[in-house]
Amino acid sequence: MIQMILFFIFAFLAVAGGVMVVSHRNPVYSALFLILTFFSLAGIYVLLLAHFIAIVHIAVYAGAIMVLFLFVIMLLNLKSEAQAKGAFKYMIYVAVPMAIILCLELGFIGFHQYQQATSKPNDTGTVESIGTALFSTYLLPFEITSVLLIVAMAGALFLSKKKLLVSKE
Amino acid sequence: MDLAILNLIIILVKIVVVLAAIFLTILILTLAERRVSGFIQDRLGPNRVGPFGLLQPIADALKFFLKEDIIPSHVEKPLYILAPMLILVPALMTFAVIPFGDEIYRYFGGHLVGIRFQVADLNVGVLYILAIASLGVYGIVIGGWASNNKYSLMGGLRSSSQMISYEIPLGLSIISVVMLSGSLRLQDIVQDQAHLWNFIRQPLAFIIFLVSAFAETNRLPFDLPEAEQELVGGYHTEYSSMKFASFMLSEYANMITSSALIVTLFLGGWQVPFGILDGLNLPIIWEQIIQILSFVIKTGFMLFVFIWVRWTLPRFRFDQLMNLGWKSLLPLALLNIILTGLGLAIFS
Repeated sequence: MIQMILFFIFAFLAVAGGVMVVSHRNPVYSALFLILTFFSLAGIYVLLLAHFIAIVHIAVYAGAIMVLFLFVIMLLNLKSEAQAKGAFKYMIYVAVPMAIILCLELGFIGFHQYQQATSKPNDTGTVESIGTALFSTYLLPFEITSVLLIVAMAGALFLSKKKLLVSKE
Repeated sequence: MDLAILNLIIILVKIVVVLAAIFLTILILTLAERRVSGFIQDRLGPNRVGPFGLLQPIADALKFFLKEDIIPSHVEKPLYILAPMLILVPALMTFAVIPFGDEIYRYFGGHLVGIRFQVADLNVGVLYILAIASLGVYGIVIGGWASNNKYSLMGGLRSSSQMISYEIPLGLSIISVVMLSGSLRLQDIVQDQAHLWNFIRQPLAFIIFLVSAFAETNRLPFDLPEAEQELVGGYHTEYSSMKFASFMLSEYANMITSSALIVTLFLGGWQVPFGILDGLNLPIIWEQIIQILSFVIKTGFMLFVFIWVRWTLPRFRFDQLMNLGWKSLLPLALLNIILTGLGLAIFS
């Protein structure tokens, strides 16, 4: 019962955050609403008993990637967009009821799937099981991913290096 | 009474007690900082209000409440008002997983309940701390940007780049502690230090964590984001009265959280040194009180170290700061992990 209430709260916040990301004019506010969506998703992960994924989701996405997004938006000084002129004046009276019906259907199906997923006890989200799997079954992809990260870092460094001027003597 | 409702009441009481203790410590810290800095600079601090100046924090709080709260017309109002709250919340959230005592069992209305002296016993405690530490950047960046002021923006961006650079040595030094204890639960890490505290077993990790904690809380010598001589006021230039008070509150709350973390990870948490407590067979409630007192004394000592370093060392330049983080601390932390791994492989 509590789980159903929590799921609907998190799902509502995630969807509301997502809608505000695309509809707000100022990019900084969009980034902040995206962070709200990430937090709601982390809450849903916790409800699915995947604690490690939830915390790493917050640490990586909301903690690092969104900070870099905010840096870029602030350094490039992106301004608010002007509102576009609508073609059909009464679109909103059609769009809102259809959106409500869509959300209710998706919510109902989502909750049904989620109930099926949590009805069997499942310990594949805990730290121990992920750690064991990473170091035994999936060792090769793990090591290759580290090489991939180093290649990405080297590429970023190379692209951002200033060209050295060779003086003509 | 139902067992679930009993547990809920216990958790609520713990939350209230922890928050009250943090706010009381923040009040004491505002006075302690000024008295200790006066002691280091060979002068008396504030000692007029009340005996030994003990009522000075109340005078400061009254001043903040009664001052006029000015919101300049050129700021982004929603983000400007949100920023102080965004800094305060992660600082307080980290305290939820810090253990300040062992578990005791008592009878309440016929049920045997275990009261853990820790608000939330997460089995991913260390990861939670790292995740919340990386959320502390947002308030400063948003505060600096929403002020629409070049000094604030530069202060905000400098501070956030400093904080994200020093999160990496912070996390890496915690990894070597976790390698020794074999678990991410903070209670397990404290129990693991029963024989020898971690600052003796992992001296390099202790030093790296200490330096990174100074950088994460924006305290001197990593004070550049709020450098008075260079940036007017940094990211809190445009704030007045209660919002400025919440920036100060959150800086002290971050200090308290970092000290409590250092005590938990490296100084043995709530344990009493040399096994004194096993020698005297005291009743359980006295053992609990002595353990909580030991945690409080150790945290108080670390706070004194924070204040001591602030008034002793000069400030780093920004490029020196970034070089220290990326070129010195990061390789040292990786070296420490390699040495810890070798040590564990050889000796067990």
